[in-house]
Amino acid sequence: MHPILKLVSQRLALGLLLLLGASALIFGLTEALPGDAAQAVLGQSATPEALANLREEMGLNRPALTRYFEWLGGIVQGDLGQSLTNKLDIAESVGGRLNNTLFLAFWAALVSVPLAIFLGLLAVRYRNRWPDKLISAVTLTTISIPEFLIGYVLVYFVAVKLGMFSPLAMINDSMSLGQKLNSIALPVMVLTMVVLAHMMRMTRAAILNVMQSAYVETAELKGLTNFKIIYRHALPNAVAPIVNVVMLNLAYLVVGVVVVEVVFVYPGMGQYLVDHVTKRDVPVVLACGVIFAAIYIGLNMVADIVAILANPRLRHPK
Amino acid sequence: MNEQLTHMTKQVTAGKLTRREFMGKAAALGVSAAMASTMFADAARAAGPKKGGDLKLGLQGGESTNSLDPATYASSVPFANGKQFGDTLVEVAPDGSIEPRVAESVEGSADAKVWTFKLRQGVEFHNGKTMTSEDVLKTMERHSNEDSKSGALGIMKGIESMKADGEYFQVTLTEANADLPYLLADYHLIIQPDGGMDNPGAGIGTGPYQLEVDEPGVRHVFKKFANHWNSDFGNFDSVEVVVINDATARTAALQSGQVHAINRVEPKVADLLGRAPNLTVHSTAGRGHYVFIMHCDTAPFDNNELRLALKYAINRQELVDKVLRGYGSIGNDMPINAAYPLFDGSIPQREFSIEKAAEHYKKSGHDGSPIILRVADGAFPGAVDAAALFQQTAAQAGIPLEIKREPNDGYWSEVWNVQPFCASYWGGRPVQDQMYATAYLSTADWNDTRFKVASFDEMLFQARAELDNDKRKNIYSQMGQMVRDEGGLICPMFNDFVEGVSNQLEGWETDPTQELMNGQMSRKMWFA
Repeated sequence: MHPILKLVSQRLALGLLLLLGASALIFGLTEALPGDAAQAVLGQSATPEALANLREEMGLNRPALTRYFEWLGGIVQGDLGQSLTNKLDIAESVGGRLNNTLFLAFWAALVSVPLAIFLGLLAVRYRNRWPDKLISAVTLTTISIPEFLIGYVLVYFVAVKLGMFSPLAMINDSMSLGQKLNSIALPVMVLTMVVLAHMMRMTRAAILNVMQSAYVETAELKGLTNFKIIYRHALPNAVAPIVNVVMLNLAYLVVGVVVVEVVFVYPGMGQYLVDHVTKRDVPVVLACGVIFAAIYIGLNMVADIVAILANPRLRHPK
Repeated sequence: MNEQLTHMTKQVTAGKLTRREFMGKAAALGVSAAMASTMFADAARAAGPKKGGDLKLGLQGGESTNSLDPATYASSVPFANGKQFGDTLVEVAPDGSIEPRVAESVEGSADAKVWTFKLRQGVEFHNGKTMTSEDVLKTMERHSNEDSKSGALGIMKGIESMKADGEYFQVTLTEANADLPYLLADYHLIIQPDGGMDNPGAGIGTGPYQLEVDEPGVRHVFKKFANHWNSDFGNFDSVEVVVINDATARTAALQSGQVHAINRVEPKVADLLGRAPNLTVHSTAGRGHYVFIMHCDTAPFDNNELRLALKYAINRQELVDKVLRGYGSIGNDMPINAAYPLFDGSIPQREFSIEKAAEHYKKSGHDGSPIILRVADGAFPGAVDAAALFQQTAAQAGIPLEIKREPNDGYWSEVWNVQPFCASYWGGRPVQDQMYATAYLSTADWNDTRFKVASFDEMLFQARAELDNDKRKNIYSQMGQMVRDEGGLICPMFNDFVEGVSNQLEGWETDPTQELMNGQMSRKMWFA
């Protein structure tokens, strides 16, 4: 077997094992939280009688292990089951939310990743001069401000005062792509500001590191332009750490944006998950948790594989 | 100038002048903007409701876990949804009387034990079926039978039997209750086809709007139901309930015109928001109250002197000013205020007094160990701050309060009604009987102060059976004073409903029952 294929299959198997572990952990922790779904649904208006009836209907009276293995049995057959609280099909509702989350993450990534790498290259080209300092100062400032604050500031000035873009990023299927993009313009801006600095600084550091090496000096002596050296010789050799940090940020864009979702009322996975944790809706929490874990594991795997492919020494191990 | 103004208001009434034009011309005549706005509203109201337009409500209190099943309603968004697609038998009117809905009239027997509802004929469900008394019966059964999971189960307890008879629906009670129509006006008790026995979450009712899109935690869209029994209800082509849980996002959405009304405006921004030219902030005194509750049967709170000491040690006005920013009124350690029918305003207000608090504390003989008060902001907004203020004033009287902060998550199951001293919130009920029966009757499930006094229970039943309002008022007054002087309730304040409504909408009515005109905005308001 080709070493790369072997590596991928090994990683996949390990990933599945990790997913199983994650699901067990999530289930255990949700069970350990005080109260259960019946109690959370009825809230202040719970009577012992109504509670007992609701527990019976939700099947919460059965032992925890039985419920976990039932869920596991369902998921290997591709059945995510039904939400405890509103009886909706989980696959369908999660599907819609996941689409939205990926839509937002996709556009945020499309803007931020090329921008971050370009700014990183620019910073190296003019290192320690004013463009470098300006880029660093601006991106470090935006990463240091909490994202909800950036969100509120943009909402106030751009949406309320200037009347551009919608303060609510509510998208739905009946909207055209243009309308959707108009809706998500503000959250995309916020997310871009939040992830930019990390990727930009990493690009800058990784390339500066390579710039010290002998072959860059050779390239300089050949008379190549400064930007061409960075682009043709330094970047390919610095790709591994950059891809790593890009993947981490992509994962963040998918699983870590609940605060931005709340500020812009975006119907993504984050808010959906938080609601169901509050209501102790275990099957939904499990489904979301496993999807998030899968995305994290998947993106990290991609980062590793790209790092190996980009490095001939790792690509052809002796 | 007067003639011209009269002419202009007539034009508005005739629908020939828009708001913008009217305001412009009025300003030219030297009329202040506020004055002109009022004049325009009056003129527009005289013109009567206009039909059309898409109403958007931006509401706090919706989760992805919400269901359309009325039995599960426990927060603002499901409540608002129910008011769009559903009708109850009767509704509580803004003045506190009973208004007909799918029941045309209601009549009680002389002993207030048998209640007969005459049902409107030809009322159509959104699925095309005609409503029968069987549907009504099944609905009430679903909320009250042995398998019921309904939030209304608590109020359906006193029912002995129910029957459907042609165009009548009859309820027989175990004990007399003069307020039964108020109980059946509860927002959970939406009449559903077959009582919702087969598909409770279908969102099919007899309301003025029918369900179009159901995305829990995101939005719910309803479109006008053409065959509604009352063509006066529902002036809009569609109603969209948008879930906006974040307070800042909600105000921004209203300011930028994305939604036409929002609930739960934060008191601290209400004044600022009210200055915006295109909207009005309405503050409605309601029956909801922010409280601290002590279990009367648990040490050290089983000592009435200690309870009194704590009641005197709280500075009510300070809490209203600082926690509610003035959007509320002070409480009197009883769950009833002037928003209730038959309220006795002559009961003396308990004043903040360090001396009296210290005196009662001394009499109680408490050993001086810290008294633990459990709070979370989930109990009511600002609960943690309110507890801190309480702690300081109590310390002045020598009462050692210790605040224990609890997580919001699980507060209603782990702390409230479990721990002997904690912060809580009550939404209030339409009538005094229901409030007392829900939380102060010895046998009530939600007796969260463990207030168990036989003579109080007796008075409650006596008042229920009493059809003479003067006598009832007198009994309620005594009951109120009893809770005030002996109960475990520290009620420092009643909160207002603070809501923002776009000036494009006309027809606002003040309704103390529930927020946003008791959910009747989409029925009664219209676009100017």
